[in-house]
Amino acid sequence: MVTGILDYIWLVPALPLLGVLLNGAIALFCERPLLLAEAAHGDEGHGHGDAHGGHHAPAPYRKLVAFIGPAVVGAAFVVSVLAVLALAARPAHDRFFVQVLFPWIQAGGFSAPAALQLDPLSSVMILVVTGVGFLIHVYSAGYMSHEKAFARYFVYLNLFTFAMLTLVLGSNYLVMFVGWEGVGLCSYLLIGYWYEKKSASDAGKKAFIVNRIGDFGFMLGVFLIFWTFGTVNYTEVFAKVPLLSANGVLTTEIATAITLLLFVGAIGKSAQIPLYVWLPDAMEGPTPVSALIHAATMVTAGVYMVARSSSLFLLSPVSMGVVATVGAATAIFSATIGITQNDIKRVLAYSTVSQLGYMFLACGVGAFTAGIFHLMTHAFFKALLFLGSGSVIHALSGEQDMRKMGSLKKHLPITFTTMFIATLAIAGIPGLSGFFSKDEILWKAFSSEHGHIALWAVAALAAGITAFYMFRLVFLTFFGESRMEPEVEKHVHESPYSMTVPLMLLAVLSVVGGWIGIPEVLKGHNYFEEWLAPVFAQGAAGGHGAAGAHGAAHHPVALELGLMAGSVAVALCGIGLAYYLYRVRTNKPKEIAEAVPGLYDVVLNKYYVDEIYDFLFVRRIVNGSIVLWQAFDAAFIDGIVNGIAAAVRGAGDGVRRLQTGVVGNYAFSLLLGAVLLVGYILTR
Amino acid sequence: MTWIPAYLSSNLLTALIFFPLAGALLLFFLPRENPRLIRNATLLVTLVEFLLSLPVAIGFNGATAAMQFVQRVPWIPGYGIEYHVGVDGISLWLVMLTTFLMPIAILSTYEAVEKHVKEFMIFMLVLEVGMVGVFLAIDLFLFYIFWELVLIPMYFLIGVWGSERRIYSAIKFFLYTFAGSVLMLVAIIALYFHHYAATGVYTTNLLRMYELSIPVKLQFWMFAAFALAFAFKVPMFPFHTWLPDAHVDAPTAGSVILAAVLLKMGTYGFLRFAMPLFPVAAVDLMPLVATLAVIGIIYGALVAMVQKDMKKLVAYSSVSHLGFVMLGLFAFNVQGIEGGILQMINHGVSTGALFLIVGIIYERRHTRLIEEFGGLSKVVPLYALVFMIVTLSSVGLPGTNGFVGEFLILLGAFKTAKWYTVFAATGVILSAVYMLWMFQRVMFGKITNEKNRHLPDLKPREIAYMLPLLVMIFWIGVYPQTFLRKMDASVSAAVTRIETKRQAALGERPQGETLLARYFDVKK
Repeated sequence: MVTGILDYIWLVPALPLLGVLLNGAIALFCERPLLLAEAAHGDEGHGHGDAHGGHHAPAPYRKLVAFIGPAVVGAAFVVSVLAVLALAARPAHDRFFVQVLFPWIQAGGFSAPAALQLDPLSSVMILVVTGVGFLIHVYSAGYMSHEKAFARYFVYLNLFTFAMLTLVLGSNYLVMFVGWEGVGLCSYLLIGYWYEKKSASDAGKKAFIVNRIGDFGFMLGVFLIFWTFGTVNYTEVFAKVPLLSANGVLTTEIATAITLLLFVGAIGKSAQIPLYVWLPDAMEGPTPVSALIHAATMVTAGVYMVARSSSLFLLSPVSMGVVATVGAATAIFSATIGITQNDIKRVLAYSTVSQLGYMFLACGVGAFTAGIFHLMTHAFFKALLFLGSGSVIHALSGEQDMRKMGSLKKHLPITFTTMFIATLAIAGIPGLSGFFSKDEILWKAFSSEHGHIALWAVAALAAGITAFYMFRLVFLTFFGESRMEPEVEKHVHESPYSMTVPLMLLAVLSVVGGWIGIPEVLKGHNYFEEWLAPVFAQGAAGGHGAAGAHGAAHHPVALELGLMAGSVAVALCGIGLAYYLYRVRTNKPKEIAEAVPGLYDVVLNKYYVDEIYDFLFVRRIVNGSIVLWQAFDAAFIDGIVNGIAAAVRGAGDGVRRLQTGVVGNYAFSLLLGAVLLVGYILTR
Repeated sequence: MTWIPAYLSSNLLTALIFFPLAGALLLFFLPRENPRLIRNATLLVTLVEFLLSLPVAIGFNGATAAMQFVQRVPWIPGYGIEYHVGVDGISLWLVMLTTFLMPIAILSTYEAVEKHVKEFMIFMLVLEVGMVGVFLAIDLFLFYIFWELVLIPMYFLIGVWGSERRIYSAIKFFLYTFAGSVLMLVAIIALYFHHYAATGVYTTNLLRMYELSIPVKLQFWMFAAFALAFAFKVPMFPFHTWLPDAHVDAPTAGSVILAAVLLKMGTYGFLRFAMPLFPVAAVDLMPLVATLAVIGIIYGALVAMVQKDMKKLVAYSSVSHLGFVMLGLFAFNVQGIEGGILQMINHGVSTGALFLIVGIIYERRHTRLIEEFGGLSKVVPLYALVFMIVTLSSVGLPGTNGFVGEFLILLGAFKTAKWYTVFAATGVILSAVYMLWMFQRVMFGKITNEKNRHLPDLKPREIAYMLPLLVMIFWIGVYPQTFLRKMDASVSAAVTRIETKRQAALGERPQGETLLARYFDVKK
C-alpha cells in the first residue's frame, strides 16, 4: 500500500478497452446477424439521418450494450477520481507517478516503453475525459437508441475513450502518438458512422487525411527530439533542457524546429488555421460524437501537447509567437464564419475552432495554465451546447437548419435552460465558468512578456463576435415564431432523462467549473493555477523564467479590472446586437446580407477555403498522378523496357540457329553480355 | 538452443529447405483426378514445414551475431564450393515469414485454382524450397542456385495460372529478374576470383568474403552489379514496371508470395551482400539509393492513388512500402536496419493480406475494378472488418505492425539522411489517401451495383487464413520485442562491420576526396 490506488492507474485506459472487447463481441455475434438479415430483406432506408429511424422492439443485447458502454467509462472515472485524490494527498513537488507496463519499441539506443504518467496536468485531462465522457456515453444510450448499429457505435465510442486516455496518460511522446492517431481513427470511424451517406464517409476520410498532415509534423518533431535528447520520455527530455541548452546542443534553432514541428501536429488535431477544414465537416457524425470528440476532448489534444511541451516551447520566442498568432487568428477567423452559418451544429463547430484558438493563444503567451483552464471549462459548456443541439435535433426528427426552428423554448424547457446557461458561459458573462477562463487568457495576452496588445484586441473582438453568434443561435432556435415544418412540429418532444440529466449536470459544471480558478484581483484564489504549478514551473525553470505565467504582478490592479470590464462590455455589445437583429428587427439580417452580397457569400461559403485547397492541391495531385502513371510509367519506362526487349528479339533472330524459344533468346543474349562484363572487370 | 539435441539442430535447416521438395515428390504420386487430396496434402506439407521452422525461431539466440543451426559440408571441393547453411538475426524472420505464409497461400487456392492443381501445388512447393534456401544459404554459389530456383516456378505460376495478359507479364517478370541474376552472377564470379587473387584460396563462403578488404574502385563496380540485380527484384524505382503487371496477372497465391517473400529477396540481398561486402561504395552511393527510395515511396503512392484496379493499387503500394525498407537499410544504423527488417515482415503480412482480400472479392465477382463495387460493408460486415484492420496496418496506424516498422525506419534515417526522411514521411500521408479512398469506394456508400447485393461474407476457410495474419498485425504492433530482440546482435554486428571496414578501406585515402576522384581517378 505504498502508492495504493495509483498502482491501478492502468485501469483507467483498460476499462474502456474492456468495453471495446465486450461490445465488440456483442456487435460481432449478436448484432451482425440481425443487420445482415435485415439487409437481405432488402430493407433499404432509415437510420441515415441524425438520430431518428424506425421504432422497433429493441433486442435484448441492446440493453447490455447501453449498460456496458457507459459503465466502463464511469468506472474509469471513479478510478481517476480516486487516483487524483491520492495524488493530491501528496506534497506538491511529489505529485508525479509513472507506471511502466511493458517495453514497447526498443532498438539500439531508442526506447519507448508503454508507460503511464499521472501528474497534475494529466489528472485534469483524465477527469475531463472520463467525466464528460461518461455523461456523453449515458446521453448516447438515449440518443442513439433508434440506431440499428447500436453496438458498433459503442465499440467506437469506447475505443475513442481508450485512445484519448492513452494520449493524455502516456509518459512519452510515442505513447502520446499512439493515442493521437488512435483518436484520429475513432474520429474517422464515428464521423463516417452513417457510411452509406457519401458526405459522411467523405468527411471521415478528410478528417483522417488532414490529421495525417499534422501527424507528419508531429513525427518529425519526435525524431528531432530523440536525436537531440536521446530519449522521448517526458521527464528525461525536460530534465535535460537546462544541461543541453548550456552546452550548446540544444540551440534556439533546434528548439524552434522541434516545437514548430510539434505544433504542426497540434494544428491538425486541434483544427487551427490552415488545417481546420476537417472539423466543420466532421459534424456529419452523430451529435454526441461531435460533443465528445469534436468539442470536449480530442480536438483539445493539441493544446494538451503544447502545454505538455511547455519547457520546449518556452525556449523559442519564434514558436511562442507563431502559436499565439495562429491561435488569435483562428479565434477571430472562424468566429466570423460562425455568424453566417444556418446549421446549428456548424455554428458550434466554428465556435469550437475559435475557442481552441483561444487556448493556443494562451499557450503562445506563456499562460499554459490559462489554456488548460479554458480547455476544461470549454469541455463543460461546449459539450453541453452540442448535447443540447442534439436534443433539439432529436426533438425535430433530424432537422438541423435553424431557419426551420424557432419558439422551441416552450417545447424543450430543460434543453433551453441548460443551453442558455452554456451560452452565457461561452459568452463570458461574469460568474460563469467561461468568464474566468477566457478572461484569464485575455489578461495574459495583454500582460505577459510574450503578449501584445494586438493579441488582446483581436481576442476581445472575437469574444464579442462569440457572444453575438451564440445568442443568434439561441434566438433563432428557441425564441420568436415557429418556422418548423408542420409535420415536424407535431412530434416535438422534450428528450428522455437519459439525455436531459447529462445536460443538467453539465449545466452545473458550466456554472461552477470556473470557481476553482478565480483570479486574485477578484479576491478569489486560483486553485487551478496552484494545482498545475509543478508542471509548468518545470518549464519556466528551464528557460525564460517564470514571468510568463506570473507577469501580472507588474501591472496595476485597476488596469486588470478595467480590461476585464472592457471584455465584458464587448460581450454585452455582441449580445445586444444579436437581440436587436434577431428579436427586434428580424428582417435586418437579411437586409444586411443583401446590402453586401459579395462579402456575405464569401463568409457564408467559409471564405472558399475548401474550394481553394481543392483547386491548389487535391485536383493537381490527382491529375498529376494520372500523368505520372500513364505518361511516365506506362509510356516512358515501359517504352524503354519493351524497346530493349524488341531490340534483343531482333538481335536474337541472328542467332536463332543456336537458340530456340523466346525466353532462351533473351537469356542467351544476357549471358553473352555477362561473360563480356566479367572479362572486362577481370582484365582492367 | 540447448534443449534441441545437436544432431537435430545441425540438420534442422537442411530439413527445412528440402522438406517441401519431398512434399513435391510425393505429389507426383497422387492421382490428379483427386484435386482435393492434392490440396490437402500440400497444405499438410506446408503446415509441417511451418512446425519444423518453429524450433528455429524459438531456439534462436538473439544475443549472438554468429550463424546458428549451421550445417557445412564440402560440395565441389576443387572450387571451394560448399553446402553451407545457417541462420542469423537478419534471415530468421524472413524464413519464418515464408513458412508462415505458405499454408495461408495454399489455403487461399482451394477454390481459386481449378486447372492443373497438381502442377500448381508442385510449383508452389518448389518455390518454397528456393525461398527458404535463399535466406539460409551462406555459400554464394548455393545462394545463386536457390535464387534462380525461385524464378522458374514463379514464371510458370504467372504464365500458366494467370489472368488475361499472363504471358506478357510472365516474360516481363522473367526478363527483369533474369537480367538482375546475370549481373549478380558476374559480380559473384568476379568476387570469387578476387578472393583468390587476394588470398590464394578459392572459396564461395560468404563469411570469408566478409573478411576481404576490397579495393574501393572494385567495390564500386561490384556494388553496382549487386545493387542493380537486387534493385530489379525489390523493385526500386525506376525498375518497378514489371511488378504491377506481374501482380495483376498472377493468381492470388502467386501475388501473395511474390509480394511477401520474393521482393524481400532483393532487400535481403542488399543487407546480406551489397552493403557489408562493399561498404565504401554502399555509403558513398547512399544518396543515390535513398533518392530512388524516396522517389519510389512518393511515386508509388501517387500512382497507386489513381489506379482503377484494386490489385494494381496494392502492387503500386508495394513500390512505396519497399521504398521505406530501402531507406531504412541505407540509414546504416540499428534503428533504420531493424526497422527495415521488421518492415519486410510487415509488408509480407499486410500486403499479403491485402492481396488475399482482393482475391476473396475477385472469386465472388470476377472483377477487381473499384468502380464495380461500393457499399459492401452492409452485405459483408466481417470482410469489411478484416479489410479495415489490414488497411490500417498498411497505413501504419500505431498499434499495428506497420507503425513500428515505419517509425524505426524514419527514426533511423532521420539521423543519417534528414531531408530524405522529411520527403519520405510524406508517404505516411499519401498512404492514408490511397488506402482510405479505395476503402471508401469499395466498402462505403450505398450498394449501387445489384450484383453486389447478395455477396456471401467470409467463409470459415477464409477466416481461417485471415485470422493468423490479423494476429500478426497486432502482435508486431503491440509487442515487437519478440521480433526485434532476436535481430539485435546480428544487426549491431552488421552496422559495426560496415563502419569498421569502411574506415579501414578509407584509411590511407586523402581527406575530402571527391567520389569522381575515388572511383574514376578524375582529378580536378
